[in-house]
Amino acid sequence: MLLKGLKYIGLGFVLGIIFTKSEIISWFRIYEMFQFDSFHMYGIIGSAIAVGALGTYLIKKNDVHDQNGQAITIADKSGSPKRYIYGGLIFGFGWALSGSCPGPMFFILGTGASFMLITIVFAILGTLTYGLLRDKLPH
Amino acid sequence: MTDWIYQPWPWWVAGPIIGMVYLFLLYFGKSFGISAVLRTACTMAGAGKKCEFFNFDWRTQRWNLLFIFGGVLGAFVAHRYLNGVAGGIAVNARTAVALAKLHIVSYQDHFYPTELMSWKALSAVQGWVVLALGGFLVGFGARYAGGCTSGHAISGLSNLQSRSLFAVIGFFVGGLLMVHVLLPLFLA
Repeated sequence: MLLKGLKYIGLGFVLGIIFTKSEIISWFRIYEMFQFDSFHMYGIIGSAIAVGALGTYLIKKNDVHDQNGQAITIADKSGSPKRYIYGGLIFGFGWALSGSCPGPMFFILGTGASFMLITIVFAILGTLTYGLLRDKLPH
Repeated sequence: MTDWIYQPWPWWVAGPIIGMVYLFLLYFGKSFGISAVLRTACTMAGAGKKCEFFNFDWRTQRWNLLFIFGGVLGAFVAHRYLNGVAGGIAVNARTAVALAKLHIVSYQDHFYPTELMSWKALSAVQGWVVLALGGFLVGFGARYAGGCTSGHAISGLSNLQSRSLFAVIGFFVGGLLMVHVLLPLFLA
């Protein structure tokens, strides 16, 4: 059980190191990205997608199975574009304001910035609010 | 020789490794979507009794909680033992000018603007807007859009999903409006 969990801790550990050492967790790098003053964040997102897309293509082409022998299937995103645009806009406001997306808010906490607990608690409250209002929102 | 480890790491190291982490998760039979842990947190706190959206077995998301826990540990190690942010964030000179207009100078020795993000900043309304409202919008928006930067930008776009492209365009338009229109109004 613990061993099964260890690989996820390990992968997360790698991500935490990378996000910190390449300054993705910095409010300033997010701000700079939206000012179009540096290639750094675009390079990171672009090359991550390039590697991901190549890997996904090879997985599909060679019908690669996961470690349990199951076919690797990636659920298609469905429905009208509405929710993706509205939700995306709201997420973008929060992303630029707090300088963090859901991963980095935890990683900044890991660097010792305990005040990020406020952001995490409110992010959970935001998710809760969405869940409660879900039927009333355009999707 | 080992100096590089203490320097900030370039994009061409970070990006491909993030792509590899995503592919490893696929191989483990999982999907890369960090904002899902926020939903899981609601379920663990008991929101499933009141609301169908949170009514699922959170144990199926245990791996994601461990993944984030590993990330917190990684960030701690990078900050504590791999030189953290000792040299500050070397932002572009143009960005520095824009920040100065907002009375922000802490990029020289911090990861984040201590003027807006710290316990002390919470004694002013700015601190609450940035830390609390910012977090709320991220949590609300990620679930409304069905994913965050990991779910849409990395895994969605890697899988050539047009819906994820809509979401990512939304992320960027929202961010641009915040940085260029709302933030200057709010911090002027």
